Amino acid sequence: MSASGAFGRVVRIGSISSRVSARSIVFVAVVSVLVVSLAVVAITLGDYPISIRQIAAAIGGDGTDAVRRIVVDGRLPRIVLAVIAGAALGVSGAVFQSVTRNPLGSPDIIGFTSGSFTGALVVILVVGGNYLMVAGGALTGGLLTALLVYGLAYRRGGVQAYRLIVVGIAASFFLQAVNGWLIIRTDLNSALAAASWGAGSFNLVGWRENLVVAAVIVAMIPALVWSGRRLRVLELGDDAAIALGVGAERTRIISLLAAIVLVAVVTAAVGPVAFIALAAPQIAKRMTGSPTIVLIPTAVMAALLTLGSDIVAQRLLSPTQLPVGVVTVVVGGVYLVALLISQARRALS
Amino acid sequence: MSSGVPSAPTTVSGLSRTTSQRTLWLVGLVSLLAGIAAASLFVGSGAIAAGEVWRALTQGGTDTTALLINDFRVPRMLLAVVVGAALGLAGAVIQVITRNPLADPGILGVNSGAYLAVVIAITWFGATGVTTYVWWSFLGAVLVSGAVYFIGWSRGAGVTPVRLVLAGVAVSYLLNGVSTGITLSNPEVFDKIRYWSAGSLQGRQIDILLGVLPFLVVGIVVALMLARSLNVVALGDELASSLGAHPLRIRVVSLLAITLLCGAATATAGPIAFLGLMAPYIARAVVGPDQRWLVPLTAVIAPIIFLLADMLGRVLAQGEVPVGLVTAFVGAPLLVILIRASKARSL
Repeated sequence: MSASGAFGRVVRIGSISSRVSARSIVFVAVVSVLVVSLAVVAITLGDYPISIRQIAAAIGGDGTDAVRRIVVDGRLPRIVLAVIAGAALGVSGAVFQSVTRNPLGSPDIIGFTSGSFTGALVVILVVGGNYLMVAGGALTGGLLTALLVYGLAYRRGGVQAYRLIVVGIAASFFLQAVNGWLIIRTDLNSALAAASWGAGSFNLVGWRENLVVAAVIVAMIPALVWSGRRLRVLELGDDAAIALGVGAERTRIISLLAAIVLVAVVTAAVGPVAFIALAAPQIAKRMTGSPTIVLIPTAVMAALLTLGSDIVAQRLLSPTQLPVGVVTVVVGGVYLVALLISQARRALS
Repeated sequence: MSSGVPSAPTTVSGLSRTTSQRTLWLVGLVSLLAGIAAASLFVGSGAIAAGEVWRALTQGGTDTTALLINDFRVPRMLLAVVVGAALGLAGAVIQVITRNPLADPGILGVNSGAYLAVVIAITWFGATGVTTYVWWSFLGAVLVSGAVYFIGWSRGAGVTPVRLVLAGVAVSYLLNGVSTGITLSNPEVFDKIRYWSAGSLQGRQIDILLGVLPFLVVGIVVALMLARSLNVVALGDELASSLGAHPLRIRVVSLLAITLLCGAATATAGPIAFLGLMAPYIARAVVGPDQRWLVPLTAVIAPIIFLLADMLGRVLAQGEVPVGLVTAFVGAPLLVILIRASKARSL
């Protein structure tokens, strides 16, 4: 890593200044272009093929009714949601990894994913409810678990990353066992339905879900901007952070809260989409050569991963629609494996 | 205070500090294990009177009761002991190798490999029942651990802890994704696998025990012999090398032992994720971080937990709660209590 790569250049906007490395700017630009091109490709794909010219007409308000309905009401909301939900998951994972100082830190670690799955399972299998109730159940389950884990990890002097991870792992194991028990004890069809929800899917989403997810993301941006820079300082350790004027516990609570809200709204909308929160921060970190977790490169990387996975999930076994979560884990896993191997190669030369 | 994986809280020393105290603990726990193992023969889903059990054990016979005891409960108890010890030992070793007290054998992708292999066996090779699952899941576990080591390997540094953990997680996710994809599009497979994946010893008989025993015994012996070397590796590679040890060689042997232990254990009982994390943790609370004590103690504590969990599962609900679920129900709160009580400082 060159010195200029490590220290970058300073960008000032008014009173706010930040160090940005040229490499991360290029990375963000390239990945953003990829996301947009992939989105355009995604609109043309489907059981009813649509050309790019038809899409332009449909979005511009011309075009035939049928094409417009497919593009604007069918494909576009799914694509937009994949992008914003993916970005939200990635950022949330980045915050967790930064706070826990652990490359395995992710919302799964504090039991959020298992908790929301438990909430949804209870609604699907025990209560029997519609989409909104399942979303509510997932939200309740996830938030309660996160709260419980944080509470159990809290002791005088605050929450230590190490204790948070251990308590989170314990809660995850416990809830996974509850989930396993619920799935064993029910009839096959309900169990299958529950398992599909658990894999996470963008099937059947509309603009309503987009609106909710987007609104929550926008609401969280101030908190993320506030905590982004403080988190980097916090990665030096609590003592160093406090000496530099960063309140360690306050930074942790606010950033974790924002991260949990992000993952909560996405999970409620589409179910748990695995691996994005775990892989995107690592991939972005490695590709930008940054020594710390980086939020914006992570967000675009996560959007790219999620959108790409959803296209594969839709088309791979078409007309059978796979849940996107099944593909995100495979794509993310393959990418991380490839990255590890190529790094080993580079270490050789 | 660097970033990365948290290191073991080396400041923590256990409840017992002197050799005689520790020997006493070990002896006490071994007798406890023997007592619980014997008691497990008297607990089951079918209510059999204690006298009947005793008669079946001592005199044998061919009636239903005798068959139930000698063909099911005795092999099941023996399996619980060796599988429990295997999982505990694998956990103890992996925690040193990855320098991560949170590491679980599952982190090396063993469970996901076994799971996918069983899914494939059911979907395309018509496998039914645990006797056929055993070899498939063993194969899957071994192949996948091999792949994880290969990915986690770099020529310069060998298998470094962080790379190994990342490789394991990546491969696990990948394989679980494939498994979920297959099971969600094949309802019958999903139906069969959902029981196996909870982890259970139900219906495992003597043929399974004899099949996996050689692997488990070799793995257990190697893991116990490794204890001294692990102490050196725990100091860090540079210090270990300067003390004349070969960290790389120790790590390779450890990984082989873990593969044998986890592969055979998972093949027998399905994925039991919690035990490998929990047992070393408790052992560390008793004897501190000295591997020469920690490793053997783990080998005794893990089967105690596993047997108790299995017994509990048999009486908790009609038709049994799979032991894999019980270990999680029992182990999770215990882990929370332990971590809250420990003086472990942050990284």
